[in-house]
Amino acid sequence: MTGQDTHHGMRGGDVSPPPAVELRRINKRFGRVHANRDIDLTIDAGTITGIIGENGAGKSTLVSILYGFYSADSGDILIDGTPVALTSTADAIRCGIGMVHQHFMLVPTMSVLDNVMLGREGGFTLTDGISKTRKRLAQLSEDYGLEIDPDALVQDLPVGLQQRVEILKALLRGARILILDEPTGVLTPQEADRLFEILRMLKQDGVTILLITHKLREIMAITDDVNVMRHGQMVAHRKTKDTNREDLARLMVGRDVLFTAKYHEKEPGAPILEIDALTHHDSRGSTVLSDISFTLRAGEILGIAGVSGNGQSQLLDVLSGIEPVQEGTIRVAGEVIDSRNRRDPTALRQVGVAHIPEDRHHRGLVLPFSAAESSILGYHLTDVAGSGLFLDLQKIEARCADLMQRYDVRPPDPQWRSGGFSGGNQQKIVVAREIAASPQVLLVGQPTRGVDIGAIEFIHKELLAARDRGCAILLVSVELDEIMALSDRILVMNAGRIVGETAHGEADPNRIGLMMAGIDPNNARDITVQETGAA
Amino acid sequence: MNEVLLPFILTLDATLRLATPLILCAMAGLLSERSGIIDISLEGKLLSGAFAAAAVSTVTGNVYMGLGMAIVVSVAMALIHGFACITHRGNQIISGLAVNILASGLTVTIGFAAFRQGGQTPPLSADERFGPIILPFADALRDVPLIGLLYSELLSGHKLIVYIALISVPLVAWLLFKTRFGLRLRAVGEVPEAVDSAGISVTWLRYRAIILAGILCGIAGAYLSTAHGAGFVREMSAGKGYIALAAMIFGKWRPWSAMGACLLFGFLEAASSRMQGVELPLIGQTPVDLILILPYILTVVLLAGFFGRAVPPKAIGEPYVKEH
Repeated sequence: MTGQDTHHGMRGGDVSPPPAVELRRINKRFGRVHANRDIDLTIDAGTITGIIGENGAGKSTLVSILYGFYSADSGDILIDGTPVALTSTADAIRCGIGMVHQHFMLVPTMSVLDNVMLGREGGFTLTDGISKTRKRLAQLSEDYGLEIDPDALVQDLPVGLQQRVEILKALLRGARILILDEPTGVLTPQEADRLFEILRMLKQDGVTILLITHKLREIMAITDDVNVMRHGQMVAHRKTKDTNREDLARLMVGRDVLFTAKYHEKEPGAPILEIDALTHHDSRGSTVLSDISFTLRAGEILGIAGVSGNGQSQLLDVLSGIEPVQEGTIRVAGEVIDSRNRRDPTALRQVGVAHIPEDRHHRGLVLPFSAAESSILGYHLTDVAGSGLFLDLQKIEARCADLMQRYDVRPPDPQWRSGGFSGGNQQKIVVAREIAASPQVLLVGQPTRGVDIGAIEFIHKELLAARDRGCAILLVSVELDEIMALSDRILVMNAGRIVGETAHGEADPNRIGLMMAGIDPNNARDITVQETGAA
Repeated sequence: MNEVLLPFILTLDATLRLATPLILCAMAGLLSERSGIIDISLEGKLLSGAFAAAAVSTVTGNVYMGLGMAIVVSVAMALIHGFACITHRGNQIISGLAVNILASGLTVTIGFAAFRQGGQTPPLSADERFGPIILPFADALRDVPLIGLLYSELLSGHKLIVYIALISVPLVAWLLFKTRFGLRLRAVGEVPEAVDSAGISVTWLRYRAIILAGILCGIAGAYLSTAHGAGFVREMSAGKGYIALAAMIFGKWRPWSAMGACLLFGFLEAASSRMQGVELPLIGQTPVDLILILPYILTVVLLAGFFGRAVPPKAIGEPYVKEH
């Protein structure tokens, strides 16, 4: 609030309304980790306020405290000017606080109706509640355009609609303060825009919205106020109109950040990885990859854009040898791989196919292992691990220390437990290990998921450097910005198919977004995102 | 016609009697497992309930006091299981196993100390047991062809607890699918986080589920020793708790299907004792043992996924811990 407003309010003789939420000196520790340190936060009623910060900055802990999921070790919470004790989510719901979680709190095997009724059934038997909830759902869908089929099973709905169920759930409970934790991570750009429209409508109706995100673009697009968190502390409050991306990024990271990796045009070399008519079915028999064909050349980054769950993971699994080829052929480094000639990941690594897996916790690292041990995973039979029967631990640790220095892994201690590093440093260990093998082909899945901005910048630089050395890189990411910044060519996947291709210079986020949603951008004049969600 | 039908109807009648403890235990297991708690302690609750019922019945001479004590003891066993695996987030299989071992040892020890009959209770007299309930008009309708026979021989003349078991199935189905408690119970077994986030206590909800399971097992226990049998014999549950668990899985965690499975298992048991010593064409002596192991084979076949996948509640076996 500016000094002018206050002055005006005083002259008028009335008292300005109390803030919807006020947090005073909130502290929360998990063991030795001080997740929230003396946090102060004021959210004015009827505004959209953002909290931005890197992974691990303490944003999620803070909103979990506000939603009564954790209780703070110390500090005060005031709702509409009144001090409240939020010891459970039930308390928070009573105070009119609703939350849309990053991982949806929905029961997939139950209907939309059952899900939104959970916790407010309106009596011991359900009959009454069902008819009332139906009416209220219809009302809400009319007021805010939140259409939904109340009888659909949640597991059959696309992610965008599942998120809608979460929002409806909060609104049905009479939420006047709505918290959204990283709401756009799973959405197409168009779905995200649609979500923002809904949030603006809610704001007009007086709902106070708290948006947690690590995406600067979203903060700039929709918030009135923004708060920056770093290392468990609230480091800045800004009016969104008085700040910019560079300023916020500096506040988040604590130093200047390069936004776009330095991409430069480069003529690609000879084809290295050729994929022809690859089709794949999962264990339940549904088709997850359908007739995929493309060629990857040396010194080229080929980006695969798509909403998570459209076959990208399976494509990586098949190409890296984790899943056997079912139909179609892969030609790599002179070898032909098909359903009869299979190659496991070890054999593929030997011919120069390295893999930075999507999920570093389950596939990239063994968390209880030391960094040195993690640095030879998959290469433990080659001479980096020593010769003969035994591991040469000195050699492994020396090499790991060297890699850690080159990739700026902190702390640079090869004996440190892999699980003890931050997300960004864990990812750097994986990236270092795979690039150090000098592969001909590098398969990369979500290289910067849950990674801080500083490490993102570094990883992007290393991927481009590998490309310049002639490595062929297949980059799968749900972050469209990342794909567009690094890729020489972009393929778009939807429902297991490749639905479009575009070159670096011609990439248009709107066209790609439509393709990600399965819509042909050439025929997309009047199609609204809402319909894509329901499709 | 009656001469042809009667043996068949008598087998069905025995099926009902043998399936009763299975049905009650399967409903108990269903409530517990739908809330996310694996319940192999059905066996221990059944056994301790059977002992409590017989012991109290013989001491007080009142069979209903016995039933009441069976329920109290079985609920207490359930609470031990709950304390270990809900409050202290212990391993549910191990905790259940501990309850079973405890029941097996404690019933014999207390029985020996109290009655000095090698771990058994004294045989119960007729008024220390549940008597048969003759349904109205059972005698009058006996001569009506087929229907009369079914009514008077198959439906009428059972012990009270047989009827309780039959009623428990629609009751559990109603509770599970038509009430607030059931909605929350089903949700907590799938995604406990969703329940917590809706402002409902996961712990209290799960405790209520296992207490209900304890009540049902207690009734089943009382049936074994004071209705079906006439006194407690060591290890008299004889794996019925496990069979009920198998039947519940066979019924894919659904009340009516689970009852169907219990009746099937009961029928196989009834048939095997009826076929004892009977010569069959081609096969010769009826392989009774083979019939007796059929329920187990069926369960394994089902679990292997032959009749469509039996999908357990997603959060089953996992203690609920908030993140961090």
